[in-house]
Parts: sequence; structure tokens; C-alpha cells
Amino acid sequence: MKKVLVLGATSAIAQATVRLLAARGASLYLVGRNAANLDAVTKDAATRGAAKVESKAVDLNDFATHEALVEGAFQALGGLDGVVLAHGVLGDQAESQATWTATEAVLRTNFMSAVSLLTPLANRFEAQKAGTMVVISSVAGDRGRQSNYVYGASKGALNVFLQGLRNRLAKANVAVVTVKPGFVDTPMTAHLPKNKLFASPEKVARGLLRAADSRKNEVYVPGIWALIMLIIKSIPESVFKKLKL
Amino acid sequence: MKSLESWGRYPQVEQRTQALTWRSDALPEVSGSVLPHGLGRSYGDSCLNGGGTLLLTSGLDKFIDFDPATGVVRCEAGVSLDMILRLGAPRGWFLPVTPGTKFVTVGGAIANDVHGKNHHCAGTFGRYVRRFELVRSDGSRRICSPDENPDWYGATIGGLGLTGLITWAEVQLKPISNPYVLQETVPLANLDEFLVVARESEADHQFTMAWVDCLARGKKVGRGLLYRGNFAPPQFDGLPLAKSHLSHGIGLAVPMDMPSFCLNRLTVSAFNWLYFHRQNGRPKQRLTHYDPFFYPLDAIYGWNRIYGRRGFLQFQCVVPYSTARDALKDILERSSRGGLPSFLSVLKTFGDIPSPGWLSFPRKGVTLAMDFANRGEKTYRLVEELDRVTREAGGAVYPAKDARMSPESFAAYFPRHTEFAGYVDPAFSSSFWRRMHPVSLPFSLESERASGAPQPQSVLALR
Repeated sequence: MKKVLVLGATSAIAQATVRLLAARGASLYLVGRNAANLDAVTKDAATRGAAKVESKAVDLNDFATHEALVEGAFQALGGLDGVVLAHGVLGDQAESQATWTATEAVLRTNFMSAVSLLTPLANRFEAQKAGTMVVISSVAGDRGRQSNYVYGASKGALNVFLQGLRNRLAKANVAVVTVKPGFVDTPMTAHLPKNKLFASPEKVARGLLRAADSRKNEVYVPGIWALIMLIIKSIPESVFKKLKL
Repeated sequence: MKSLESWGRYPQVEQRTQALTWRSDALPEVSGSVLPHGLGRSYGDSCLNGGGTLLLTSGLDKFIDFDPATGVVRCEAGVSLDMILRLGAPRGWFLPVTPGTKFVTVGGAIANDVHGKNHHCAGTFGRYVRRFELVRSDGSRRICSPDENPDWYGATIGGLGLTGLITWAEVQLKPISNPYVLQETVPLANLDEFLVVARESEADHQFTMAWVDCLARGKKVGRGLLYRGNFAPPQFDGLPLAKSHLSHGIGLAVPMDMPSFCLNRLTVSAFNWLYFHRQNGRPKQRLTHYDPFFYPLDAIYGWNRIYGRRGFLQFQCVVPYSTARDALKDILERSSRGGLPSFLSVLKTFGDIPSPGWLSFPRKGVTLAMDFANRGEKTYRLVEELDRVTREAGGAVYPAKDARMSPESFAAYFPRHTEFAGYVDPAFSSSFWRRMHPVSLPFSLESERASGAPQPQSVLALR
């Protein structure tokens, strides 16, 4: 990935990824919601050696802007060969259970806005017969659990969408990489008590770029989550529904 | 409550933490006092805030700008010196002043006005800080420089993090022509020899410091090895340096707390004897990468753990030349007599280049740093005695490395302390600051000690 669009560039995992890409001398088009924070990430990337950094502050929940945003990124960098989609919200399971509005907000940000952005990107990548699309999903999308199934559902739906996209774009030489981090120590999880399973954003970013470089399909970062989720997925539903997970 | 330690692991206090991420954010609203905390390399209690909250600045780690033509770097306060070296060294720019570890944040380097092996010709870190932004708990943001808000600039450099939060700073780096240092090691028979050789070395060496065997007694007091060096001249014929020239060394880690019996008088004196006699009594010259020259201990990640769970106390003083010989002899003999081994003791001379910081520690004279394994009361008493000797010699003790100096000593060492106190942010405090001002309510030591005492009202909450 030499010319990369980063969506949700101010998120902790994206920031760490941006640093690694900048150090490689990539050109970057950074998108985030908060203009001041985005500016901080942009300047950091430029100082650390990015060949070129452009940025645009937008709220990605405004789907009407997506076509123009993608067009703008292609124009600014003179083409794109990579996308890192990193925006998302954790939401609040209790609130989501209480109101559809809260559920809808999670689904819109994590699933629908991603689909809305990936649609024009996929078409362009398919036409140019090149590119790598890296999407940050979550282990939570592997199986619905009572503690966060709304967030999980948004990521699960995203995973299925990406599977289909991968299937479609394979013959166009476009890689679609689904990255499934476990617990990551970021502002999104600041309120949660930390344990040994929490990984740093830097570690996740390194795993993400390794997966992108080798054009993997689905990766768990850190790798231990492949085993954990294998076990969780293999518990029979009749048993699973009685567990407090 | 999460427990964060200082580098010396003494004292242990309970405190909350709050991570900072964005430099444009307002200070978080918390109850009780706050204190910025970078990488926690201060040894004693100046980076601790028992009963209060530490504002963790390591998330403020973004660069803002670097000009490879002028060597001016602008970055957030949580950027470490290591990150600056990684950015600057490959482009021919080095830190103008660096302490013995690169795992120090820019904010911490300013707050402690750190010094290095080149104080005699470069002064302190604060001299190279062109500007910074200071955020106060009243929400105000000030750009501080020698010209803009010079009083805040002077109070904050060396101000121990008490004047507010530094969000970003602009630092002038210095050019180097390659990353190697031409180093010379000179054996020293005793303190008198150190005083002569160190002064001589200042004339044509940018960097000097001496390791001393603190267990040597009698005529051998001050026996040691003096290291002096300069950045090597260009030697690569203008060719770009290979990647291998720009990084160095393998990192080792101390995997666990070492049991305290590993460090005793016998092992330390055996180590010291070997270390000293490796030299064969003759000066030696060699070319060395900057990493092991400036940061020998950084190669052993977590070296503070060799002192075990009780940690250690560091003591660093500076005494004027007029009293140096007697005072340092007294200090070295007291520590040797106490039978408490100081594993690493360092002597160095300070020049008279003034710092802009009001509470800056370095001043013309000779500085001695020692660390003592924490053996409880015995160690505390020894360090307190050394504080008293320093005060009587007209010297000063370094707050960043202190855990025992008396409030009277602090007042004597830092004559501008009352003026400084007027610049301390009402919501900011530290365990060190309360130790120096035992009656400065509302964040008193008493309320820290009384378990279950009601939290003092936050000035932030009242706003």
C-alpha cells in the first residue's frame, strides 16, 4: 500500500497504523471527525516521513458525502491502492436493548457507513484491477453474546459483507482483508478493566499491516484470538445460551 | 486506585490515573489534585501524587513539525527523547542535552530541567526549549518562551510539573556529523585526581563524567574512571549511513525483581574492583555508538528491578568548588561507612551557564549521584544526613532524584521558591510538593495518610 485512504484516522489503531505507513514513506489521505485531532495526526504523519498527507474532517455517518469523499481521495493522491477502514463505535449494550435509536446508531456507524464507503471504493478498485482493502472488524462479530450482541451484530454483518466482496473482487486482483482484533487498550475501552488479553494499538497495527502486505483474508490480531474464538464458536448453542458471556 | 511507581520504587503511594490523548482537549475534571506523569523516570516522589490523580502524558506523543534544515523539532509533551533521536539522528540532528536515559518525555525533561554530560559547555535542556504551551486548570492556554510570558517560561522550566500541563514544546536540536562518539577513559586514583582531570577535560571535551567506586575508603576515596568524549568527525565520506549504523545494541530486560541478597557490600565491591581494574591503569580510546555512550543502562530494560521490591533511593547533589573536596569526601565516606552499597555512583562537573528555569538544579560546582538500596530507616537517615551535609556546603539536592530532603533544605537550595509558589496551579500538586510544604492545604499529607478521608474538593469541579 503506497497511496492509502484511512477512514477513522484518529482512532487509536488507525493512528498506530498511520505511523507505520508514514515511516514507510506512503502517501496518505486521512479522514476523521474531529478537525483538531485529525490535524494532530496529519502533522505527526508528515513529520514521521509520509511522502504526502492530506486530510478531511467529516462525520462518516453522513452517507451523502461518501461518493465525493472517495473521489476527493483519489484526486488528492493521484490514485489509491489501499484503504484502511478503522472507524467504529462500541456503543452501549444496555442502551441498545432499551431503545432502537441506540441500536440503529451502532448499526449505522459500524455496518452501514462501512458498506456505503466500500461500495464506491470496491467499484474503483475492481476497475483498476489492483488494491488492498483492510477493514477493522472485531472478534465480537464471530458469535453473538448477551454482553454486546448489538456491537457484535454490526461487526458480524460487516464480516459477511466483506466475505462477499472478497469473493467478488478476487478475480480483479483486489485483496479484502478482514482484521479481527480482540481487546485493544484504546480510548474506546478506557472504561473497561484491563487484563492480559488487552493488546496495544501498536501491536494490532503491526499485525494489520503484516496481513495487508501478505494479502490475507481474515486475521485475528493478536493471533491468540484465533484459538479463543475457535473454542467459543464450537460451543453448542444449547450450552452457549445458558452461559453468561 | 492504580499504583504507579517512580523509578526508585520508593515511596509507594496510591493514586488514580487519567490518560491524555489529544493536546487540544481541556484538562479532565477529576476530584482532588492532578500531576502530569510521563515515563516515570524520576526516582523519588516528584512524579507521584498520592491520593490524587496522575495525568498520563504518554498518549500525547505526536510530532507537530521537524525542520531538517534548522533542526527545530516541535512535538507533544509525551514524545520521548528516544522518539526524537529516531527522528533526528538519521538526519544528522542530536539532542542538545540528554540525561542518562532516553526514556524521558519532553515534558519531563522540561519539568526537571535535565542536564547531561555536557553541562559545562551546553547548560541544561531548558536552554534549548524555544517555546511551549502551558494549560492551566482555569482553562487558560499560554504560549511560553523567553519573549512570550517569560515568567511562566521561567517558572515551568524545572517547575516539576506543578505550574500546569505542558501540551507541546519546540526544541532546538544540534547538528552531528555521525552517530559515533570518540570516547576516552581515564583511571582516577582518588577525588583530588578527579577534580584536576575533570577540569582539564572540560577544555576540549564536550562530554565528561566519572564513575566512582563508592566503597573505596581512605586515600582511595573517589577512585574511579573518567569518561570523556566528543562526537566523532565525519568519517563516512558523505555517503549515507547504513541502517546498522543508526541503531545499536540488543535490549536485555530484568525479568523479575531480584532478591535483595544479590546486592550487598561484597558483590558491589567485587563488581567495582573488576570494573576499575579492567582498565589496567591506562587511558583508553575508542569509537562508540552514541547509544551505549549516553544510555548504557537503557540497554537493560527495567534495571531498577535489580534492587528488588523495596526499590532504592537516589541521591544527587551539587556542591560549589570551594567546598567540593571536603563535602564530597564527607559524603562518600558516610555512604561507604554506612555499609550500604551504591551500585552506580557518578561524579561530574557543572559549568556556570545559567538556565532560564527558576528552580533549575544544576549550578557551578561538582555533582555526585549515588543510589542506595532501600533498607528502611537506616537508608532514610543516611540520605537525610547527606542532604544536611550538602546544605552546609552551600550546595543543592536534585528534586527529580530525591525522596528525603527537608523542606528547609528545599528552601535553601532554591532561593526563588516563594516566587515559584505563586505560579503553582491550584489544582496541581505532587507528593514531593506536599512534602516540601506540609501545611499547604487542601492537599495535605495528613489527608493522604488518613484512609477513607473525604476527597478534597477539586478546583476543577468548582469551576
